[in-house]
This record gives sequence, structure tokens and C-alpha cells, in this order.
Amino acid sequence: MLQGLIKISHISPPPILSVRPSRALVDEAFEVLVENLAPVSPFTLRSLHHSEDGDDWEAYGHYFSDHSGRVSVSEDLSFGGTYSGMEPMGLIWSMRPVPGSRTGLRLRKKDVTTPMLITVSLYNGHEDFRGNSPLVSMVTERWYMGPGIQRIEISDEELRGGLFVPPGPGPFPGILDLWGGGGGLLEYRSALLASRGYVCLALEYFKTGQMKSTDMSFEYFEKAYRVLKDHPQVIPDRVGIISLCLGTIVTLSLVAESSDITHSQVGRWERWEHWERLSFSMFNKIRVDENNHQIWRDVGLALLKEPSMKVDVAKINCPLMLVNGCDDQNWCSVETADDISKTMDAAGKGHLLTRLDYPDTGHLIEPPFSPHCVAGNFMVYSSNEKVIQRYGGKTKPHSDAQDDSWRKILSFLRRHLYSERAKLST
Amino acid sequence: MSLSSPPPILSVRPSRALVDEAFEVLVENLAPVSPFTLRSLHHSEDGDDWEAYGHYFSDHSGRVSVSEDLSFGGTYSGMEPMGLIWSMRPVPGSRTGLRLRKKDVTTPMLITVSLYNGHEDFRGNSPLVSMVTERWYMGPGIQRIEISDEELRGGLFVPPGPGPFPGILDLWGGGGGLLEYRSALLASRGYVCLALEYFKTGQMKSTDMSFEYFEKAYRVLKDHPQVIPDRVGIISLCLGTIVTLSLVAESSDITPSCVVCISNIISKPPGKTLSGEFNKIRVDENNHQIWRDVGLALLKEPSMKVDVAKINCPLMLVNGCDDQNWCSVETADDTMDAAGKGHLLTRLDYPDTGHLIEPPFSPHCVAGNFMVYSSNEKVIQRYGGKTKPHSDAQDDSWRKILSFLRRHLYCSHRARM
Repeated sequence: MLQGLIKISHISPPPILSVRPSRALVDEAFEVLVENLAPVSPFTLRSLHHSEDGDDWEAYGHYFSDHSGRVSVSEDLSFGGTYSGMEPMGLIWSMRPVPGSRTGLRLRKKDVTTPMLITVSLYNGHEDFRGNSPLVSMVTERWYMGPGIQRIEISDEELRGGLFVPPGPGPFPGILDLWGGGGGLLEYRSALLASRGYVCLALEYFKTGQMKSTDMSFEYFEKAYRVLKDHPQVIPDRVGIISLCLGTIVTLSLVAESSDITHSQVGRWERWEHWERLSFSMFNKIRVDENNHQIWRDVGLALLKEPSMKVDVAKINCPLMLVNGCDDQNWCSVETADDISKTMDAAGKGHLLTRLDYPDTGHLIEPPFSPHCVAGNFMVYSSNEKVIQRYGGKTKPHSDAQDDSWRKILSFLRRHLYSERAKLST
Repeated sequence: MSLSSPPPILSVRPSRALVDEAFEVLVENLAPVSPFTLRSLHHSEDGDDWEAYGHYFSDHSGRVSVSEDLSFGGTYSGMEPMGLIWSMRPVPGSRTGLRLRKKDVTTPMLITVSLYNGHEDFRGNSPLVSMVTERWYMGPGIQRIEISDEELRGGLFVPPGPGPFPGILDLWGGGGGLLEYRSALLASRGYVCLALEYFKTGQMKSTDMSFEYFEKAYRVLKDHPQVIPDRVGIISLCLGTIVTLSLVAESSDITPSCVVCISNIISKPPGKTLSGEFNKIRVDENNHQIWRDVGLALLKEPSMKVDVAKINCPLMLVNGCDDQNWCSVETADDTMDAAGKGHLLTRLDYPDTGHLIEPPFSPHCVAGNFMVYSSNEKVIQRYGGKTKPHSDAQDDSWRKILSFLRRHLYCSHRARM
């Protein structure tokens, strides 16, 4: 059959790019596969994310297609870019602000009811791709909240936070989630934990930059713990606490000293601090690095030498998991963990302690595949000054630590909140 | 002070998936070697409840894995990782003749998976644990464009990215109306896909079934800026296959790179209406209409058949051997003989499979409501097939269709004249 008009076009086969699963939870891996390419040719895969704060984050890897015209990020080697080697998730964990961005950025999702949208694109060659058109792109969604998770906002005079409840009849074990010195309300870890089967309360205990005016009394945290424990969807004797940075002081103090918080089964801390009340007199120990980023770890070292400033961890009676980065430049978390170990061993409680110290890992140990923040903006409460704090860590080891620690944390939580029979308080 | 026993843990991964993707349902923290029932439940857009369930035993570590364990009964049995989806059917007490078809493809199907103790009837009991999972026809970034002007009605689905892409025209069958789910899924697999409405349900007689309408649709697709004009194919089912074959054989405007015809009909070219053959309709023991003899009678009328010898592009025919709605296998035999171009023809005949060969894991509809256009009568048509083989056929045919489309629309390196 002939057409009246003969049109000849030599269009080469278009490449096929797939990301599976196309919608995933943030702690799940994906497989990026490209097919229909010219064989053994250079290509660049690039991820791009436009954050809620309006910044662009990207990662990229340089690949060669195989003889069947295929690039598989799960199976192939990246020859360079923001990551190299066999790195199935390199397009996520090595993301960083695009050149020309503002400084001191951290990628943290505020609205957890919507997914992070990541565009994965393929470019020809290994040269700079900016200004070129990609050959093919796909969009993938990364979610903190699984399907059916319910988010309940808590904002009354007495308590501020976000409660996340899994679907189903329940009841479930509960987790109180305490963040650190940055302040504000961060829900993403709680949303993720709810997606893993826990009723999780992310608690706001001071607003960013307003720590001084904060209510850091026991009563506030005891109330939060009680609200969680007494929630109809929570099993009251299966409640744990997870905390980071400043949240760890709070947690340890509460668990050691508060009579209300005695049924806590587990705790998990990153970066130890031993203060019963905050003291700002040690601020003269802050150093700066070559980028003028502030290093606070010596403040902690000085404080460790003050016994009166320490929480009496010998009073803790529940399993405790400590997760720290060996290159933490923001606090001396490893030395702090040593101190805690010593105290608890002396009190015959060493068997309650699990400890993970990750080499070349910094302060901000986030859920898996979160971009590594080696230094970030911070509002200093005492002076209302905005500085850049150095958090430390090398990107690849730090990212591996996030991946590994999350799995270990989940299995620790599962063991103590799901698997064992409830324990009586002592 | 309370000593609570450990709660079970149920996970579905991935929790959000495309409709043609498998999932893994895993339950942990159970009492060892004990009986449990897993049940899926879906509340459809039409307001009906659909369910499936399987009876399992936990292993010694207190674990049930639907991907790896045997179902001892329920709506499916055996090693069936996706049994909780493909064996779904309306719950007892539902209306009759139902088909599960999603109209709004911009939202996912929500399926609740629940675990119950024991193997007895679970209705009225509380589940021990539940999870919700989403099944999507549209992948992230797919754009849906509604086309409803005087000249054309349909839904266009465009993948994200710079493009351009191969295109597919999607033609459904005798039920009429606009069904977008297959197009949304094909777009999620990398094609610009146009789902075309060519008559409204029950209104076939008044329909514009002329070549011009379909030629316009094909042109709109081919000329779309995101479509590679010489990489356009057609996929069709049932009545859509007559339309497709007629167009490809007779129209000089329609020159697809490849064609897929599911549940084939080659009699009654567009423009002619069914008449005397209606007396060939039989009914089965449930008073469901069996139409396949109508087709057999028509096959004997050469003047009523499309001249498939004129077709010059790769053609894939997919049929169910137990099709009670049309004699699709006999039709395919006839097509092969007439076409005489064996090298262009791919043929798949699935045993114990009925008429409605849908995307994977869609529940099997053995008989469904149908509005007869000539009499405005609502009947129940029998489509045939046995559930398990039919579901396997949906799974296998979809993968073969996708690889056929990919081969001819993505991979082949040729100019078109």
C-alpha cells in the first residue's frame, strides 16, 4: 500500500527510562534502568528536585551503556559525578544544591502529606549537561507517609506536634519523636515510622531560634508522653522514644528522672549531651573551620568534665540504643557515648546498652538516602545570629551510615516494641 | 500494668504500585503454624464492594508470605502472589453482572488488606491488622488531556520528559463510552496514548462509525508535537478490532507501525449494522446471553468481512479459547488464512480464557451487564473463561503486548514510507 506523499524520516529509536517503583517510601530503594541506547556509549543520569524552600538539588553519575544498549544504575558502575562506583541510590543520597544556590542549605520536607518529586533525566556524554536537552526523563515520587496513614495536628495551648496513626484496627506501639537544636516541628521521621507500624508523635518544644523562651520543663514532655500512651490506638506498655541532638538531653533526663516516664521500653539517641539545664557559658569553646563554619564539639568536651551538669544515666532502666558519627563536628557524641557507657557499666546496666559508632559520619544522621548535610544554617538562640554550623562526615560513609543505622533502629524498635512481651516497670 | 501479646505486622510492598506491577504481602510476628486468612477489600467507584481471600498457615517463625506460601483455599488457592487482586469478586449480596473498571484514572484504586484469625468465615469478625495499598493506572508525571470538542471525544495521555514518543490509538469495544485505564497504563510505559470514545454506552446505532472520525483521531495523534509520526500503533478489543482492521486495510490515511487486536471480530465492517444474525444468540443456564454463534454465522458471509489481505504492518492477535461472547479464535483462523502474510502475524490463543482480556490482575468478569443497542435492553452477556487461567492470560498477554509494542514502536530502526 503506497501513500500519495512519500515521507522518509530516519528517527533513531528513542531511549526508554524507567524508575521502579515509581512511587516509593523514602527509605525504600529504587531501580533506574535505561534501554534502547547506542551500545557502549557514554551517558549521564541526573536527578533533580525542586525543594519546598525553592532551591534546586541535583545528583548525577556518568555511565557507559552495555552492548545491549542498556544502563542499569542498580548494577552498573558510575565513573564519576556526584557519586562514583556501584551505587544504586547514588542519585538520591549524593544530591546537593545546584551551583549558584544559597549556602548552608538542608533538605528537609515540611509537608509530609505530599511526596518529594524527583525528575531523573538522561543526557548524552559525560561533559557538562547544563544547557543541553535530556534525551529522556521520568518523574518519581518519594513519600514519607504510606497509604492510609492518618496525620493529626496537635496545636492547643498545652501541646504542639503532629501525630501519625497507621491504618487498621490497632492498637499499635507508640513512639515519641524529639528533634534537636534547630527547633520547630519536623514530622518526616514520624511519618516514616508510622508507615512502619507505629503511632508516632513528633513534638515541637521550641520554635526555631527561640530556645531560650522555651518550656523545657518536665511537665511539657510528661504531658506529651501521656497523651501518646493514653491514645486509644496506642498499646500503653509499648511506647518508646527516639531523639536526636538536643532531644537526647531531654530524653535522657526524662527517662532518668521522671516518674511518669517509666514505661518507656526503648530509647535511641544520636549525639549525647549531659545537661540538666542549658548553660551558655561554654560558648567560648566554639571554633571555626576554613570556611568560617562553626565547630561546636569542643563545647561538649568541656561540659563533659563538669559532673554537676550531667544526667544521671545510671538511673535508666530500659534498653538504650546510641547512634553516633565519629566525625561529628557539632558535638563530641562519641566521647559522650563513652561517658554514658562507663556510667551505666558501673551501675550494672551495661546489658541495656546498644551502641553504633559510624566512621566518617557527621552529626545529622537522617533517614536513608537523605542528602548529606556537611554544614548548615543555624539560628543561635542566645544572640539571634545566623551562622553556619559544621556537622561533619564524608558524604559516602555518612550516607551508608544513614542507611545502616535506620535498618538497625527499625529492628531495635521492632524487637522491643513489637516482638517481646511487654515488660513490667521496675 | 498489662502484659499484651505482640501485635502482628503486615506490610505490602510496594505500598503504591502501578496496576500491572506485582506486590509482596508479608505478615510477621504471628503465632507459629497457626491458621490465618488474608483478605483484600476494594470499594469501587460504582459503590460495590469487591473482595478476595486466601487461607494460610504461618511458619515456625510466625510469618506468612503471600509471595512464597500456599493458599489452602478461599477465592484462590495454591502459590499465588497476586491472588488477592486477580481473584477479587463482588461480596455476597452484591448486584449482578458487575465489571470492575476504573473511570477516574487520576486517582488510585485503594485496596485494604486485612488479616484474620483462622480459616472460618471472617465476616463479622475484627481483623487483627490491616494495611492500605494504592494501585495506580497513571504513573507520576503523566499528563492527562481531555479531548471533547465537536469533532473528537477521548482522553490523551502524555508521558513526562522531552519526548517525542511513539503513539498508540486505543479502541475499546461494544460496551461503548470512554475507557481510559489502558491508555493511562500504556502512557506509564512510555507511549502517548489516545483513548477514543466513538459511541456512548447503548447508543451504537446513532454512532458516527465512519472512517473520517477515526482518521481524524489517528491524525490528531500522529501530528501531536509529542508524538513521533512514523511510530504510531493501534491497540483494540472486541468491536474495536473490526474498526481497526477495516481502517488499516482500507484507509490510506491510517498506516500504523503495528496493530494489536484482542478478542477479534472481523465481520461487520463499520457502516453496516447487525441484523438477522441476532437470532443466533443463545442463553446459558443462568439466562446469560452467549453471542459467539452470531460471529460464526457472520464468518460464512464473505461480503461482511474485512479484507485483511490488504494489511501490511505487524499484527498481533490475542484471543481466549473460551470466549463465549464472540468466536474470536475462529475469527483469528480466518484472518490468518485471508491475510496470507504469516511473517507479519503474531497470534496468541489462551486456553480457558474468556472475552475480556484486560490488563494484569484485573478481576475476571465471566459475565457482565450489557446494554443492547438495537433494543435498549439490558442483558447479562457471558464472556467465558475460568478465573485462574484467564488471569494468567491477562498477565502473560500484557507482557507480550508490551514487548510487541516496544519492538515495533521503540526498537526498530527504520524509515517509514
